[in-house]
Amino acid sequence: MKIIKTTLLAMSVAALSQTAMAAKTGATLSTVDPEADRIALQEYMKDRFPDTPVSEYVNGIYAVDAASRAQWEEIEEFPPYELDLEEGEELFNEQFANGKSLADCFDNGGEGIRQNYPMWNDERKTVVTLEMAINECRLQNGEKPYGWKKGPIAKVSAYMAYTSRGNEFVIDIPNDDAKAAYLDGKKFFYTKRGQLNLSCADCHLTGTNRLVRADRPSPALGHSTHFPVVRSKWGNIGTIHRRYEGCHRDSRSEFLKVQSETYRNLEYFQTYMSNGLVVNGPGSRK
Amino acid sequence: MRKLISTLAITGLTLGVAGTAVAGSHGDMIKEGQDVYHGKSRGNCIACHEISDPIANQAGNVGPMMIAMKARYPNKAELRAQIWDATAKNPLSIMPPMGKHNILTEDEIDAVVEYIYQY
Ligand code: HEC
Ligand code: HEC
Repeated sequence: MKIIKTTLLAMSVAALSQTAMAAKTGATLSTVDPEADRIALQEYMKDRFPDTPVSEYVNGIYAVDAASRAQWEEIEEFPPYELDLEEGEELFNEQFANGKSLADCFDNGGEGIRQNYPMWNDERKTVVTLEMAINECRLQNGEKPYGWKKGPIAKVSAYMAYTSRGNEFVIDIPNDDAKAAYLDGKKFFYTKRGQLNLSCADCHLTGTNRLVRADRPSPALGHSTHFPVVRSKWGNIGTIHRRYEGCHRDSRSEFLKVQSETYRNLEYFQTYMSNGLVVNGPGSRK
Repeated sequence: MRKLISTLAITGLTLGVAGTAVAGSHGDMIKEGQDVYHGKSRGNCIACHEISDPIANQAGNVGPMMIAMKARYPNKAELRAQIWDATAKNPLSIMPPMGKHNILTEDEIDAVVEYIYQY
């Protein structure tokens, strides 16, 4: 009995010191090293889940939990986002009143470009997410912007991800201003907050694949590769910021607005961590 | 009659202030502690800690199992301190600081200590 208990304790303590290691690569602009962070996160996961190849992390919790994976594979045989993709394609090709369309706002006519977003915009000194670029394109052409969390924005984004499937993420951090945005996102990820004093890292690093009641938090590595996502709990397709809002609220914090600067920086950080993994959106999750 | 009424009034007052029915007896306290431990909108300890109470449902394993508490915490105050603020011992603890962040009242913490002390 005593042995069981000490092992359980030792496990949680060991996991905690690993978290500290994965985060250790610098919390100031002069010491932060995004590439070292990215490699440290991969090493951390390899250590925790030696049987999971890095390329598998695009599949979230299903990369490390064999039991729920079987169920998910069955769901993916008739993907719940198929209709969303069709509608997304129609919306993508829709002509604006001025005769232009979304394709006119993006490189390569908007096809196969998901892996570049979120993208640092140096003139504006801000991170531009794909959803933000879609809505700004509509505004610039005299159309109304879509709502941010679900519906048309998620469907168009899903279609654009779909045309990019298999492309490796190549998020670029070109200078110190961009690095500052990355650092802001990194700090947000590791900072404890709210009445429950929980950070994103508490659940998605230390808590990866542990049971929080009946839920198993996914590994942080690969978090953004498959968005937007159809979630059974939502019953429809939603953006990654919709998920950020929900998880942020779960620590009993006052959550931020979707597409706020902090959430965009968080997505920049998280997607940089996914560099080298492939786009596989849209996805489906429990 | 008069006496009964004032007793009821006092009980009502206690209920109102504490928000929960913490009666004097040890058995009631353990019952209250059990409710705190398993209640999703209360301590929700079960989300992270398994415990061998038959009512346990969907126990998590983020934290260690609640077992041999008396042997491991001969000093009950130390156990209470862990629950009041787990970050005192381990600043990175995932465990929410139940007392420090007003997640539970002092009475609720006393009750949950009595409850887990049986295991
Ligand atoms: C109390 C635990 C907890 C905290 C704190 C938490 N999450 Fe989550 N998160 C979960 C669980 C459980 C899920 C659902 C299972 C999963 O990961 O897919 C989830 C899902 C997600 C997903 C979707 C993963 C996927 O594969 O689709 C993202 C992205 C995410 N969380 C990001 C965050 C961020 C960013 C924060 C901090 C603001 C955060 N989470 C805080 C528990 C948590
Ligand atoms: C979100 C997860 C979480 C919740 C909720 C939680 N704990 Fe914990 N608890 C932990 C972790 C992780 C540890 C391991 C030590 C540490 O990190 O502080 C722990 C440690 C403990 C310990 C010390 C264990 C030992 O073996 O010495 C006790 C006692 C304890 N928790 C009781 C409780 C009680 C009672 C509640 C509810 C009122 C609770 N916990 C809620 C995560 C949690």
